[in-house]
Amino acid sequence: MAHYKPSGLPESNPTRAEGILADLHLDLPLLTGLLLLCSFGLLVLYSASGQDMAVIERQLIRLGVAFVVMIAVAQVRPSTLRRWAPWLFAAGILMLIAVLVAGQVGKGAQRWLNLGFFRFQPSEMVKLAVPMMIAWFLAEKSLPPKWSRLAMAGVMILIPVMLIARQPDLGTSLLVASAGIFVLFMAGLSWRFMGGMIITAIPVAWVLWEWGMREYQRNRVLTFLNPERDPLGTGYHIIQSKIAIGSGGLYGKGWLNGTQSYLEFLPEGTTDFIFAVLAEEFGFIGILALLAIYIFIILRGLYIAAQAQDTYSRLLGGAITLVFFVYLFVNTGMVSGILPVVGVPLPLVSYGGTSLVTIMAGFGILMSIHTHRKLLPT
Amino acid sequence: MNGKTRNKRLKQARRLEQALPSYQARRWTMLGLLMGAASLLIWRAVDQQIFETDFLQNEGQRRHLRVVEMSAHRGMIKDRLGEPVAISTPVDSVWANPRTLSPDSRILVPIAKILQMDLDSLRQLLARRSDRSFVYLKRRINPDRAAKLTAYVSDNEIAGVGLQREYRRYYPDGEVFAHVVGFTNVDDEGQEGLELAYDEWLQGTSGKKRVIQDGRARAVKDVENILEPEAGKDLITSIDRRLQFLAYRELKGAVQRNKAKAGSAVILDARNGEILAMVNQPAYNPNGSKQGKVGRFRNRAVTDVFEPGSTVKPFTIAAALESGRYTPGTVIDTAPGTMKVGRHQVKDHRNYGAIDLSRVILKSSNVGVSKIALDLPKEKFWGFFSKMGFGEATSTGFPGEVTGQLAPYRRWAEIDQATLAFGYGLSVTPLQLARAYVVLASDGMRYPTSLIRQDEPVKGERVMKAKTAKLVRKMMEAVVTEEGTAPAAAVPGYRVAGKTGTAKKSISGGYADDQYISVFAGIAPASDPRLVMVVMIDEPSAGEYYGGSVAAPVFSSVMAGALRMLNVAPDALDDSMVKLAGSGGVK
Repeated sequence: MAHYKPSGLPESNPTRAEGILADLHLDLPLLTGLLLLCSFGLLVLYSASGQDMAVIERQLIRLGVAFVVMIAVAQVRPSTLRRWAPWLFAAGILMLIAVLVAGQVGKGAQRWLNLGFFRFQPSEMVKLAVPMMIAWFLAEKSLPPKWSRLAMAGVMILIPVMLIARQPDLGTSLLVASAGIFVLFMAGLSWRFMGGMIITAIPVAWVLWEWGMREYQRNRVLTFLNPERDPLGTGYHIIQSKIAIGSGGLYGKGWLNGTQSYLEFLPEGTTDFIFAVLAEEFGFIGILALLAIYIFIILRGLYIAAQAQDTYSRLLGGAITLVFFVYLFVNTGMVSGILPVVGVPLPLVSYGGTSLVTIMAGFGILMSIHTHRKLLPT
Repeated sequence: MNGKTRNKRLKQARRLEQALPSYQARRWTMLGLLMGAASLLIWRAVDQQIFETDFLQNEGQRRHLRVVEMSAHRGMIKDRLGEPVAISTPVDSVWANPRTLSPDSRILVPIAKILQMDLDSLRQLLARRSDRSFVYLKRRINPDRAAKLTAYVSDNEIAGVGLQREYRRYYPDGEVFAHVVGFTNVDDEGQEGLELAYDEWLQGTSGKKRVIQDGRARAVKDVENILEPEAGKDLITSIDRRLQFLAYRELKGAVQRNKAKAGSAVILDARNGEILAMVNQPAYNPNGSKQGKVGRFRNRAVTDVFEPGSTVKPFTIAAALESGRYTPGTVIDTAPGTMKVGRHQVKDHRNYGAIDLSRVILKSSNVGVSKIALDLPKEKFWGFFSKMGFGEATSTGFPGEVTGQLAPYRRWAEIDQATLAFGYGLSVTPLQLARAYVVLASDGMRYPTSLIRQDEPVKGERVMKAKTAKLVRKMMEAVVTEEGTAPAAAVPGYRVAGKTGTAKKSISGGYADDQYISVFAGIAPASDPRLVMVVMIDEPSAGEYYGGSVAAPVFSSVMAGALRMLNVAPDALDDSMVKLAGSGGVK
């Protein structure tokens, strides 16, 4: 570690393509994984939408916008991102309050802010602003953090999470909370603290359950945890999607041959439940292929975080990657009936544009972290 | 690059290294959690896609394959000449799935409008059945409304509403055939009359087919026919539509003219007991709403009994002749016009003195027939009435038919034997009375009555000597003369044998003084009987109440038309008619 090479100087002669990618601050393995995933996603979406080219076109435009955002973010140095963190966070909180006060209602929840020329979902921005803020805050002082700083970081996480939960948007608040908690964990939240939390949570939950809740509330919780209790409500989605997944078998029914989605039994087949369509048409093999692509992207993200040279980048990179993983796990877990139904899309595959941009911006940050490293001599 | 900057960078790097502990345990924990979650997902997929795949595939098929019923065409009911009197026409019914049909007013308002329903009642209907997945919104709508609804539903992609093909029963002759044919309910099941009696025959069996349905329960595609629907069979009745119309018109007229409560008329084929016409008043329109009309549904000709009164006197005379102790010339002393039987008194209208059997019928002498009855052995007398079919169901199998009553002779008091002779103390339906008259008309044969056209010769049973029947008929011809009680029953060109009856209605505790049943039972032509007709008018209240003036005119006008329609040769051509016929032959 005695010598540094000046930044920007390549160690060996790169190929032309690598050169262009390096100039654009893009990471080839990550980019490959993302492109592969999006292509697979479009294939499934084409079938899930009932072979509707208009849907594919709209999704392509969104993907295009998201990739442009990713490339743009990748150009910004991590140090700049670090300076922005508190401002971005403050702006995010203000906008979340604005949404609750004057937001637009859509699908029974107040999530949108109409800025006149375009509609904007502040909770999406907060998904990135929270890990940036917590990473910035904790990286200011030496690690592991002191109890007082941890408590302050906890409040910083709690405020946006509560605001989003009020909208109500359980899925997003969960993702924001996990983003913040991942940063805390990676920054060195003590094992004892975490163990203590879990140990106290159990009796508190039990007391709440026995004395703090009425019968109908308990039923609501039970239905949330096990949707099949209510086969005509939320359970309907789960039962239909389980049937779709199971019907796929080992090899699947083949592309465009899924009956559950084609006959409109599967609700939200293009959005939250697209995983079931994939499972029905491509079978177990298809699920393995999809998971392989995801795991590759996640491992690459973790590798980038591990290689990061400053605390802020490392914490932020790790959090972004792990949130991406939470997306994947919550969605597939929900569709296959392991987890309760929480409205979280399958990242980069589900139809819809809002979360797409945020996720790709996150990968932009990862690429920025990796490509703006000061190269160390070996 | 100078040494200062290099030093600075070194310091920076050292600080970074110190600032971020490597946290090996945390890295491995993270990776472990990651791999754990991934294996959980993969295990779940293996479980669902490899171990449970058969079960889940079945579940899927259960949901998107559905067996639907194909309703069978209900058979037609026709008259004996093949004219349809009950027809099934295809119509559509509207169903909804309350679970999938949106309660949004923007959707419900147009639907309510098309179906001509009240929006509130539509909402209530859906709310009441919100736990079901099927409810009929409206049965049997007009074809143009069905087309409108189909267009609206498909244009706006509305889920949870659809049409179902059904058959609607239509009765072209309305109330004329209402009592005989009956009607079906909305589910095409017979409720009354022949529709009920021959429900299975008419119904056929509905078929089944398997269809692929989508998530909105719309059949997307037929997969296979499991069972072809089998159309119901047609039912050909014995009713002659022309006679039925004629009888209905005349009966209705008489009931209205006499301000009567009710009335029935039955025409039987004298040669085999087939029912050629059976009409009642009051009637109803089987095509219309049936609410609050239950009392009008009764086919009174088979469901209501009355005391036949004098119309059974010919059978008392026949019993006397059959006993061998009497001949038409046997003289019976009916003076002084009254007679004590036990503590009761039998009365005639006036004192007829000593009269022979023919005059007993002609004058309808109660005293005369009572004396004969009391002279005959109880069981013989009872047995003879029983053989005529009194107290026994007819073989029509008509729903709600009653048997009437003929009290067993072992329990008879003397007075019971006497009153039976003139038609009190027993109850009959108009159809039973007509059946008994067929015995007189067919020279002593009893035939099963039938509402179904008989294409094979009907086997009868001899219950009376032919000679007796002929003699009684001859005596009954006198009734329809100026001297008898029913000159109004005469039919120009034909000889008619008949008997009137005017019975006081039995009410609780005895007989009413001002409520009568007017009956006429007759046979034509008397020389070679072809038709038997019974006309019963219940409680005529416009002044006239004698069978001869209330019921007999109905007989006359119906018979005149019926005999002509059936091309029955006249047997009573008087001179003027012969001349007329003859002149027709001269060029």
